[in-house]
Amino acid sequence: MSKPVTSIKLVLLGEAAVGKSSIVLRFVSDDFSENKEPTIGAAFLTQRVNINDHTVKFEIWDTAGQERFASLAPMYYRNAQAALVVYDVTKPQSFIKARHWVKELHEQASKNIIIALVGNKVDIVDENEEERKVAREEAEKLAEEEGLLFFETSAKTGANINEVFMGIGEKIPLKGPEEEAQGSGLNVTDDQRVNLDSPGNADGPAGACSC
Amino acid sequence: MSEEMEMDTEYDVIVLGTGITECILSGLLSVDGKKVLHIDKQDHYGGESASVTLSQLYAQLKKNPISKEERESRFGKDRDWNVDLIPKFLMANGELTNILVHTDVTRYVEFKQVSGSYVFKQGKIYKVPATEMEAISSPLMGIFEKRRMKKFLEWISSYNEDDAATHQGLDLDKNTMDEVYYKFGLGNSTKEFIGHAMALWTNDDYLQQPARPSFERILLYCQSVARYGKSPYLYPLYGLGELPQGFARLSAIYGGTYMLDTPIKKVLYTDDDAENGKFEGVETKLGTFRAPVVIADPTYFSHKCKSTGQRVIRAICILNHPVPNTGNADSLQIIIPQSQVGRKNDIYIAIVSDAHNVCSKGHYLAIISTIVETEQPHIELEPAFKLLGPIEEKFMGIADLFEPKEDGSKDNVYLSKSYDASSHFESMTDDVKDIYFRVTGHPLVLKKRNDEEAQAQE
Repeated sequence: MSKPVTSIKLVLLGEAAVGKSSIVLRFVSDDFSENKEPTIGAAFLTQRVNINDHTVKFEIWDTAGQERFASLAPMYYRNAQAALVVYDVTKPQSFIKARHWVKELHEQASKNIIIALVGNKVDIVDENEEERKVAREEAEKLAEEEGLLFFETSAKTGANINEVFMGIGEKIPLKGPEEEAQGSGLNVTDDQRVNLDSPGNADGPAGACSC
Repeated sequence: MSEEMEMDTEYDVIVLGTGITECILSGLLSVDGKKVLHIDKQDHYGGESASVTLSQLYAQLKKNPISKEERESRFGKDRDWNVDLIPKFLMANGELTNILVHTDVTRYVEFKQVSGSYVFKQGKIYKVPATEMEAISSPLMGIFEKRRMKKFLEWISSYNEDDAATHQGLDLDKNTMDEVYYKFGLGNSTKEFIGHAMALWTNDDYLQQPARPSFERILLYCQSVARYGKSPYLYPLYGLGELPQGFARLSAIYGGTYMLDTPIKKVLYTDDDAENGKFEGVETKLGTFRAPVVIADPTYFSHKCKSTGQRVIRAICILNHPVPNTGNADSLQIIIPQSQVGRKNDIYIAIVSDAHNVCSKGHYLAIISTIVETEQPHIELEPAFKLLGPIEEKFMGIADLFEPKEDGSKDNVYLSKSYDASSHFESMTDDVKDIYFRVTGHPLVLKKRNDEEAQAQE
């Protein structure tokens, strides 16, 4: 018997160039690219992880660069079940922006969203502690006040990256097998919902989910 | 804004305004490999086709907004509200649906069927029959008229361009629609709901014109009903404002650059000649950006637009009950044909509710719209208000409709039209395809839908 699968929409938030896409690349492909170009091309990436006797399928939405000029659409984080709010531990400005995103998520996203605060690029600090501009204690305090998971990571070395996703996966309320049959992720169909990609007919919703 | 953020200043296309027309074009052009810069002077997506919160609605359309406390006690949390400024539904088999499927923007937006399509006749509302079965049971027609209507619908569904036998002696390009009705012996009241509630004409000019466009509109209506069953219409969860956001994301994923909250300080033309030069770029607070082509909504180039002479009045009504006599439908359209209320243009009512995540629990949003005909436009909407029952709150707005003076070939400024009074997006997608053709020089080709063969066999 295969394990039950729970799909969750996870969004990435944070200032440009803090390493959002690099974190995902490390998690999904265990890879790192030194001079990564701003993100182009992928609507979202998926990655499965096993947690106890469940499988959690992360559907990871990238910002597609829309955060660069304060142009991220509310649609992006609507319905997200989990969010990574990423800052760069060497850039204080990026931590201010992270605070902003936590506030925005609490106001606009679904009530039960699981948020992980992620301080990236600790490899730079590990080499030279003087480069650190955001104190670990300060971030821990924010996480405690706002009920966030908190990690310091390096997408470059891979440090703590898997832990972020496992931590989120453990907090996700898992569905039983019978609920799962109701549909996962995007193509949910109840009485009136329609899947435009399927032929559809008057006899009832066609729920062929190909993901 | 972070310091070392260097940005490109040369693009293939600059798009101004994030209404749905501009966002679809931006998405399509990015997918084609064009380098697109998309700017909006406002700090949110959607322009005229945005969905706004209740507090934004009060700020925009009321002179004396109520206090936050009063608003929340009556209508709940502001974040639960996504109110469309311009009401429209998607035709299930219409061109916007095709574009959504073609571009995979269906990944970002979920849709629900609209529960019913109704037409007003002699003070009451009736469900519009769109299948032969519904025609048989509809109280809109007497027994003999039902048979004639059934024959007419059979002709529509079996018509095959290449098989003259299916034409039943009618020529869609020569015969007028009135002659088609005459051939099937249909009476005035049947003609009225076919022409207004199925073909969705807003006045009676179509009767004396060749039948083909009417035929195509009725076929679209019937095929759209057949697709999901309850009505021909679809509506996105969280409101129509999701559509421009979805297409903007498509554009961004294919490399489009987005800048909201960025007013245009100056438009640049070749030889510094705003009269006869070609578009060259724009100056903004973030710098100067150049492209040989600009696509924009009318508000960015008002001097290059003219009024269509039509004005649309829209009334957004909040109800705390379903609309009477609709079987408590969570969503529906009601069409009041012009002749029923002594007008020249039909009145449309689009109703959605908390089932679509556009208002707080227990509420309904009814948006009434029509083309203004008199000096007292709010009174023109009275027949519609009467159908809704008690109204908790009402917001009214009147909009002039604009269209470009020229086609853009001279100055490379390609402008969209204002969103019209029609109840669906078909005229908007016509505008998209037309601008796409003028900008790229080739027609927009959408990939075949996977159900096309299944439909052809019917």
